[in-house]
Amino acid sequence: MQNTAQVVLLLVVLTDLAILGTSRLSSCIRGLATQGLLLGLLPVLIAPQLSVHAVSLAVGTVAVKAVALPWFLAWAIREAAVRREVEPLIGFIASQLLGALALALAFAIASRLPLPAAQQPLLVPVSLATLMIGFIVLTTRRKALTQVVGYLILENGVYLFGLTQTESVPFLIELGVLLDIFVGVFIMGIVVFHINREFDSLDATRLTELTD
Amino acid sequence: MRLLVLCAVPLVTALIVLGAPAFRGRRVPVGLLVTVAAAHLALVASLWTVPAPPALGGWLAADSLGLTVLTLTSVLFLVTAIYIVGHVRLDAPRSGRLFAGCLLAFLAAASVVSLAHHLAMLWVGMEATTLSVAPLVFLRRDRRSLEATWKYLVVSSVGIALALLGTFFLASAQGGLGHPLLLPDLIADAHELHPAWLRAAFLFLLVGFGTKMGLAPMHTWKPDTYGEAPSLVGGLMAGALTSCAFLGIARVTEVVAAAGLGSFAQPVLIAFGLVSLLVAATFIIGQGDVKRLLAYSSVEHMGLLVLGLGLGGVGTYGSMLHLVNNGLAKGWVFLVTGNIVLATGSATAVRNRGLVRTVPASAVLLVLGLFAVTGSPPFGLFTSEFTILRAAIDGGHPWIAALLLLTLAIIFVGMAALILRVTLGEPPAGTGPVRESPWLVAGPVALAAVVLLLGVYIPGPLQDVLTRAAVALGGRGP
Repeated sequence: MQNTAQVVLLLVVLTDLAILGTSRLSSCIRGLATQGLLLGLLPVLIAPQLSVHAVSLAVGTVAVKAVALPWFLAWAIREAAVRREVEPLIGFIASQLLGALALALAFAIASRLPLPAAQQPLLVPVSLATLMIGFIVLTTRRKALTQVVGYLILENGVYLFGLTQTESVPFLIELGVLLDIFVGVFIMGIVVFHINREFDSLDATRLTELTD
Repeated sequence: MRLLVLCAVPLVTALIVLGAPAFRGRRVPVGLLVTVAAAHLALVASLWTVPAPPALGGWLAADSLGLTVLTLTSVLFLVTAIYIVGHVRLDAPRSGRLFAGCLLAFLAAASVVSLAHHLAMLWVGMEATTLSVAPLVFLRRDRRSLEATWKYLVVSSVGIALALLGTFFLASAQGGLGHPLLLPDLIADAHELHPAWLRAAFLFLLVGFGTKMGLAPMHTWKPDTYGEAPSLVGGLMAGALTSCAFLGIARVTEVVAAAGLGSFAQPVLIAFGLVSLLVAATFIIGQGDVKRLLAYSSVEHMGLLVLGLGLGGVGTYGSMLHLVNNGLAKGWVFLVTGNIVLATGSATAVRNRGLVRTVPASAVLLVLGLFAVTGSPPFGLFTSEFTILRAAIDGGHPWIAALLLLTLAIIFVGMAALILRVTLGEPPAGTGPVRESPWLVAGPVALAAVVLLLGVYIPGPLQDVLTRAAVALGGRGP
């Protein structure tokens, strides 16, 4: 199980980098759905033995992160008739290089953190890398919708770190966290929809009427 | 049981309002809002006389810190609910159901934050406050409010994600000691917590909840959001929501103080406080919109709160007192600004002049509010700001004290310039006096009276509770 978990964690990094490099919104969302599915597998893979807690967390994660949210984002693209390109502020190669840098940094930081020995060693570095890559996507993409994708990647990074604490965080709380994220993205989606209608574009850099 | 009811009643009512077909359309269920608000405040008041036992296995408990924030929220909510009765007669939101439902959801979320003794539950409540307020910022559904809502959502969501990471760090620091993330256990085992993780947790929670509080430099959403949100929503955000976010920071400070790491946390808190004061002073000068002005004033007061916490000693008590004073004063000035927007359609200096002729009661309340918010005697904010200043001098930080006085002076000049400009002078030709309904004036007057009272006399029970909160945060009473 531990080896499978390692493979899954590496695949998570690959989806991070793939999202950084893709030029189409739909592949961005497909990448996000894949990542959600991978994250859903992890609680079962890293749990010492199969428990109701791990399984229900896995089911909840897949339902929210791999099905509901990507479906909703795809719906928003279709309904708002968004142009399909990602429109980054910096080039795709540059963002992938930044991603690689983030990955190296994540491993460097994780090696210095005082971690319990029994844990899956890749979990913390992958979590930190995902967090930083989410931040890169959030800050370097023009479209409001890609910013939502960035936020979700960032949140996935936090989720991965949370997996080091699955025994200590009760299921009810995890449910609350997932619900909060779901509602948050739902409201963001509605706002994105209105931005597109009001400004005829999802370009968040046009949101500049409010200044001092 | 009472603690559970405090969270459940607003939540259930919110769900009913949002879901039941009876509440469709533009009509705002004002009667329901006021009833729930009054019942909530009555129940909170009962906590002051008869303490309630913890509920949900210790996850919900009313300690002095939480009780202070809860009472402040409940009072502001009732005043706002009464204000809404008058407000909707003049300017009804497009969807009464969404308006009332989100307000009630906010009350529920803020109650959860105030009472939560499980730090992950506190996080869930905190995120719920953001989500319940976002649709209220977007109430006007125009371009400007859309932009404000987007900035608010994105910046706060990133902040709150960092706070979640900080919460997990705290669980790592605990490493299996006691009940995970349960505040009393964290404090009891504080000395055995892993210090590196605890420090990381403190920093992430400070930045994360600091974003929600609007500490500089994470305050960028604040002027836009307060500027575009309806004033009564701005009042709830500046008075209650920021106080809830401060509570999040105070909770981790409690743990850090109990672990004996106060010397690590204090300089960080002081730095954020001073940066916030400086940013506020810079942007308040030449501001042309009353609501944006109040937003920067809120950045200033959030800075004062963490500054007092960072200075420690009597400064911690000053912070707690300032939390109460600032919350009430912000509710007051935002509601008054709401009256001005109702009368003239705008809160900018370009559109407003001679308000003392058009809306005399609101104009007078706004000028009084100016003095209260800038910490002039005899208002309560003078006492609390003076206590924080005293902590800086007593603690041997004359430079901090000097910088504090300088920024407060600049802020006073900047605020007075705008507020006197809109209130004094001749109103534009063709504008006569506008009738101000008692519903719209009663709330600000009541809040002003309390802020004034707190400047003259602090009731014994309040002083006890604030002192106990200050001691829990590693400080002391007056």
